[in-house]
Amino acid sequence: MGAPTAAEVAAEQGLTPDEYQRILDILGREPRFEEIAVFGVMWSEHCSYKSSRAWLRQLPTTGPQVLQGPGENAGAVDIGDGLAAVFKIESHNHPSFVEPFQGATTGVGGILRDVFTMGARPIAILDSLRFGSLDHPRTPFLVRGVVGGVGHYGNCFGVPTVGGEVYFDAGYDHNILVNAFTIGIAPADRLFRASAAGPGNPVIYVGSRTGRDGIHGASLLASAALDALASEKRPAVQVGDPFAEKLLLEACLELMRTDHIVAIQDMGAAGLTSSSFEMAGRGGAGIVLDLDRVPLREAGMSPYEILLSESQERMLLVAHQGSEDAVKAIFEKWDLEAVVVGHITDDGIYRARWHGEEVVTLPVAPLTERAPFYRRPAEEPARLEEMQRLDLGTIGEPKDFGAALLTLLESPNLCSREWVYRQYDQYVGGNTLVRPGGDAAVVRIEGTRRALALTTDCNSRYGRLDPYLGAMLAVVESARNCVAVGARPLALSDCLNYGNPERPDVMWEFQQGIAGIRDACVALGTPVVSGNVSFYNETDGRSIAPTPIIAMVGLVDDVDDVLTPWWKAEGDVVVLFGRTREELGGSEYLAVIHGMTRGTPPWIDLDAEKRLHALVLAAAQERLLRSAHDLAEGGLAVALAECSFGGGRLGVRVTLEGGMRTDAVLFGESQSRMLVSLRRRHLNRLRELARREDVPLEVLGEVRGHNLVIGDVLNVSVEAARERWRRTLEKRLGA
Amino acid sequence: MRWGVVTFPGSNDDRDTLRVAERILGDEAIPLWHKDRTVRGVDCVVLPGGFSYGDYLRCGAMARFSPVMDAVGEHARAGGLVLGICNGFQILCEAGLLPGALVRNRSLRFVCDVVTVRVETADTPFTYGCRPGDLLALPVKHGEGCWVADEATCAALEAEGRIVFRYVDRAGRTVAEANPNGSIGNVAGVTNAARNVVGLMPHPEHATDRLTGGEDGLTLFRSAQAWLGRGGAAGRREPTVVPGP
Repeated sequence: MGAPTAAEVAAEQGLTPDEYQRILDILGREPRFEEIAVFGVMWSEHCSYKSSRAWLRQLPTTGPQVLQGPGENAGAVDIGDGLAAVFKIESHNHPSFVEPFQGATTGVGGILRDVFTMGARPIAILDSLRFGSLDHPRTPFLVRGVVGGVGHYGNCFGVPTVGGEVYFDAGYDHNILVNAFTIGIAPADRLFRASAAGPGNPVIYVGSRTGRDGIHGASLLASAALDALASEKRPAVQVGDPFAEKLLLEACLELMRTDHIVAIQDMGAAGLTSSSFEMAGRGGAGIVLDLDRVPLREAGMSPYEILLSESQERMLLVAHQGSEDAVKAIFEKWDLEAVVVGHITDDGIYRARWHGEEVVTLPVAPLTERAPFYRRPAEEPARLEEMQRLDLGTIGEPKDFGAALLTLLESPNLCSREWVYRQYDQYVGGNTLVRPGGDAAVVRIEGTRRALALTTDCNSRYGRLDPYLGAMLAVVESARNCVAVGARPLALSDCLNYGNPERPDVMWEFQQGIAGIRDACVALGTPVVSGNVSFYNETDGRSIAPTPIIAMVGLVDDVDDVLTPWWKAEGDVVVLFGRTREELGGSEYLAVIHGMTRGTPPWIDLDAEKRLHALVLAAAQERLLRSAHDLAEGGLAVALAECSFGGGRLGVRVTLEGGMRTDAVLFGESQSRMLVSLRRRHLNRLRELARREDVPLEVLGEVRGHNLVIGDVLNVSVEAARERWRRTLEKRLGA
Repeated sequence: MRWGVVTFPGSNDDRDTLRVAERILGDEAIPLWHKDRTVRGVDCVVLPGGFSYGDYLRCGAMARFSPVMDAVGEHARAGGLVLGICNGFQILCEAGLLPGALVRNRSLRFVCDVVTVRVETADTPFTYGCRPGDLLALPVKHGEGCWVADEATCAALEAEGRIVFRYVDRAGRTVAEANPNGSIGNVAGVTNAARNVVGLMPHPEHATDRLTGGEDGLTLFRSAQAWLGRGGAAGRREPTVVPGP
């Protein structure tokens, strides 16, 4: 057997024959081994977005609040007082399935780097997690590892993890989702970007040394389906070191207070290769790198390994000529290396040298802007029509609604997440106003009266039944979560988790998802400023349900306007905003009590939704409300229970109007509704505001006693219900 | 008064503690760097929470060798006040300035929660404004907060009244369920023989603001001001237990 041909090497690197031909056309010669590897990672789905790029352009990305839209390390919005909120959500799904603890740590580490690369000090982390069924033998192991990893990185790094979500569904048995979000604060006029400029300017490598970990994470792990041999891919998972990154953060922020930096980019997926290519590409520049100057963790590494390593906690920056010593001095203070590994040129060519010999000589543009992109075939799956059929006439109502409620409160998707967030430091930074467990987390902006509301959301059961509505409702609910804590929704970051884009049904789901997000964002005025696409969430031909995670950021103008869901005092009036319809399709109730995922997700009227937001925010600013809670999975009954689970253990007594199935009233998930409580003397003013905003208002009852009483259909002890709700995860995950 | 807060590589709550000293107490807040060789004449040195040196060996095991720790030792021997919070408590134990050691939580998991602690003695600078039996609601957040010591040490501490705080339930009872980490005798904080050095696992600096975690932690800082006779509105205040959600 002879040496493999260049075409064979290209195939091994995940390049198709067409793509290899395209490389030959661009170069007019056969590529060298290292060059093929560079094409392999740069043209991977993960780096080039080749299946999604054409569609992502449909998303609204501009608005008066937007300081930086998609395309940089993270997005940024104006939050007043001369400050910017910088944020992004990103997936780390496959690595977390293969090696849950390290997969999750590096997911958090990577997103923190994306944010502080922009010059922002991270102030909060959220994690959006999807696991398989709790009954699947591997699930507890995965949950313990991922939660431990998320917690470890944030705790050690010193950024509070203040919220997120955890869902369980058998559809994720072999494809868990680990999406991590970070937000930071920067001076609005000092955002750093990753656009190289200035021929002769030094390219400086800072941070941890380069090792052999994570080679091909982007191309072979993130851009292909996970198969049964996933554990063999363990070497492609990187290892996180939050302590090293904490030092890197402090050194970078110190450097950013000077005028030495031209551009800076984190070495994330595809490491040195993507960071150097992308900086050069954005600036229309060329670059020369001396690979033999890169600090190495182990001896004998080849240029191929150095180019592709995904070792963590590294950054590449372009400084001004003459700033080299100043940069080094700052990093030395933090016991970090800063090494000049190359310089910027003006010829648009990427050159990587190894002991004086050029191993890579490639034009920059074809690898970045002109990477291939595909309009893959899309087709609506036939199964949808059957799944959307739901005849409520064949579904009996429970005999005991109290028992049904308790069963729902113990369902893995509705029970308390305390077992998870007890492992996260929620306090560090000293600005957490609303900790996990509310509709959205709230973090004060230091030195101001303002605060940020942060939430992630997506109901993949809705997505499975209608990918367009599912995506739209994810945006709408995340916005409503912000409103429920008294915040005006500003903008969002999305993490689009789908199956294999080479399958027409998956591509159709993806296109529907984009359209749903687009329509909701346009209506609500919340642009998409950053995000990530994660395809190939598929094992043995089975894809996950469409799961476009939406991470919404809202702004509270005065910390005293912040609302929480919990009842505050006996005698307060309980009011429901919005209209309840007979909607049980895709509900948690239908899944848990009747074992079916059927029907269509609840109807949404975006205009009614906007009016609800206006009403709640107006009432919050007039300080009329004592609590507010969004109605979501589990409907009215579950929302009432959740409001009762606050520190005071206060109960509630409400009555219901007739005219509809009782289970639909109690557990239906009609949209654009909110449950609030207030002092009785404010009721008239609230009615005026509701009339003004044209939002239906119904007085349900009042906060009273220590039981949850709904008409004559349901009466349960708050304390007993709370215990069952609180203990579920602990019991099922083995304490 | 002058508070000095030491930053080790990996300290996390240093900025929060400085902010409390300056903005909430209205005092002078001096950042101290771990390579400093003096504590710059402060009245009280605070070793803050965090993950000094990443806690890769053992929590606090590396930090005790930082140059500033010699100066902290001198300050303590001269009767100066020292408060170690969480990782700071671990460092003080590693440095031999406080008895016992902190080992992994018995659950083997990191725990973040609000706990109730009972003040066991008012005879320290940081509990001077309390009565024994007072209850404080304070956040904890640690993976290695299980305080342990040999029997003789425990007995001596007990006899000398050097257990400063214990984890209790909301009714003030020393029950196992109230102990977040499994420490011996529900111990949450201890003092040295001279009583000027106090270490505890809960975070008083995160309970100094009604909006972000209650105000019970202020008690410790106000007590130190009163002890030194350099406070503003120092002295005894009624602690409150804030019900968490």
